[in-house]
Amino acid sequence: MNAQQKKTMPQPRPDLSVEIAGIRMKNPVTVASGTFGYGREYTHLIDLQALGAITVKGLRMQPWEGNALPRHVEVPGGMVNAIGLQGPGVEGFVRDYLPFLRETGVPVIVNIWGTSINEYGEVAARLSDVAGIDGLEVNISCPNVKEGGASFGADPRTVAELVKAVRRRTRLPLIPKLAPNVPNIRPYAQAAAEAGADAISLINTIPAMVIDIETRRPVLSNKVGGLSGPAIHPVAVKLVWDAAQAVRIPIIAMGGITGPEQAIEFMIAGATAVAVGTATFIDPSTVLRVIAGIEAYLVRHQMYSARELTGSLKV
Amino acid sequence: MHDIAAQVRTQETLTADYRCLVLDAPAIAHAARPGQFVHLRITGLETSALRRPFSIYRAEGDQLSVLYKTVGRGTEQLARLRTGDTLAAMGPLGNGFPLATDGKLPILVAGGYGVAPLAFLARHLPTQGIVMIGGRTVEDILCVEDFTALGWKVLVATMDGSRGENGLVTSLMDDWLAANPTKNPEFYACGPFGMLRAVADRAARAPARAWVSLDKHMVCGVGACLACVQRLRRPDGSTWTARVCRDGPVFAAHEVVWEEPR
Repeated sequence: MNAQQKKTMPQPRPDLSVEIAGIRMKNPVTVASGTFGYGREYTHLIDLQALGAITVKGLRMQPWEGNALPRHVEVPGGMVNAIGLQGPGVEGFVRDYLPFLRETGVPVIVNIWGTSINEYGEVAARLSDVAGIDGLEVNISCPNVKEGGASFGADPRTVAELVKAVRRRTRLPLIPKLAPNVPNIRPYAQAAAEAGADAISLINTIPAMVIDIETRRPVLSNKVGGLSGPAIHPVAVKLVWDAAQAVRIPIIAMGGITGPEQAIEFMIAGATAVAVGTATFIDPSTVLRVIAGIEAYLVRHQMYSARELTGSLKV
Repeated sequence: MHDIAAQVRTQETLTADYRCLVLDAPAIAHAARPGQFVHLRITGLETSALRRPFSIYRAEGDQLSVLYKTVGRGTEQLARLRTGDTLAAMGPLGNGFPLATDGKLPILVAGGYGVAPLAFLARHLPTQGIVMIGGRTVEDILCVEDFTALGWKVLVATMDGSRGENGLVTSLMDDWLAANPTKNPEFYACGPFGMLRAVADRAARAPARAWVSLDKHMVCGVGACLACVQRLRRPDGSTWTARVCRDGPVFAAHEVVWEEPR
């Protein structure tokens, strides 16, 4: 060590760990449901063990085929998708995908959905019986399935009813995922919190449509889809900020993160953790850059913990 | 599977809108097998632009080549890249073609730039065979010299008759099958969905085994997003939804549910 290095005492490495609804994450960064498959798909591209948590694609009780193609279209600032929650069902997931996820040692958050409040409860109850699941993200905001999904997230009373019903069937942490397309997010966040949610996640994709002007047909076979990518980030920041004013439970924020800056912005707005979504498709290492960038930011701003960032907005 | 910064070595125009891009991409080039693809992040497009998948045309030493046609924003920007420019390349991805022919005569059926992975395949198959290349006009006919240099027989068909037979590539297939009832062929095809379906029909009637490489719009390239799926039929008649990028892009033609281009 030379004299110059001795003079500047190294700051201890900041503590990146956070706790969301009892889920202990070694850093505040997970992946958005539906953008990371079941984890295994990215094994050869990034070190999964670096993640704060792995959030897997939406599951209902039975296998589900999803929508016909085309299921996506690129647009300026992002993409519009209507995959339609294709998935292996709960039993398929537990049999074929969960053992690998458990081996990673990283907390696993399972995104669940159903076509009735009862089905949400059944899925939650079944997943509570198996070891290796750390939390349930309750999808009440998918714009791409006709029954279920967004229809349960459209009214705060339904949100409360659904969360209460699922709460009765599981002791796992419950994280309802809220829709962005509401006039005011606060009553939705409050309804979820009062009904027993341990945290909330937002935002899901924003309902969107793309038309081929030559054929005058919708580009997506589902006609409509959900917009994701950098275009939605400022919308998400505003919603996270609004929700953080309304509830005390932690928030997992997602929507248009392409680097550490957007993740930090979400945390300043009030998020405890963040999820990288569409950016993973374009650069799988985004999630690692976000983790490293948050740490560098904390060092640069002489903060000792990622928790100091949450809700640190100056207004 | 690697995600690396690849450097453009050369880029040349083949015919009209078709180009050949050669990249320095050692890790991918060393591992590449015929029928696999690379997922390119095209430098110069906006941050949110999705990657584009390209079949591997050649993998020699540290170099990896792809053939493409400028058809939109992505490929037009790709065409602007010059020697020394870098772009992110992920690969090799997908399963690739099976290489053993069990003594069968390999017949490759190509539509347009679908010839690229088949030219790669021809260099790795244990026996010489026949390649049938189709396109709208003479400008859509690529790679003929690749095959003749390997001693392959090349048959060409164009819709306007500007090169080879006048008509579809599948009529070359019909003529060959009619003239060679006792030969034992195995087909490998890459091109538009309708052409692949027509190849599959003929192979089923022959009957002969056929492998098709499906071209679907992809997003993640690794099987996570489920944007590029295709329904397949199992031997017991039940169906399942395959991910073209991960479970394919090469499938046995008789397994594909052609009525349902999902």
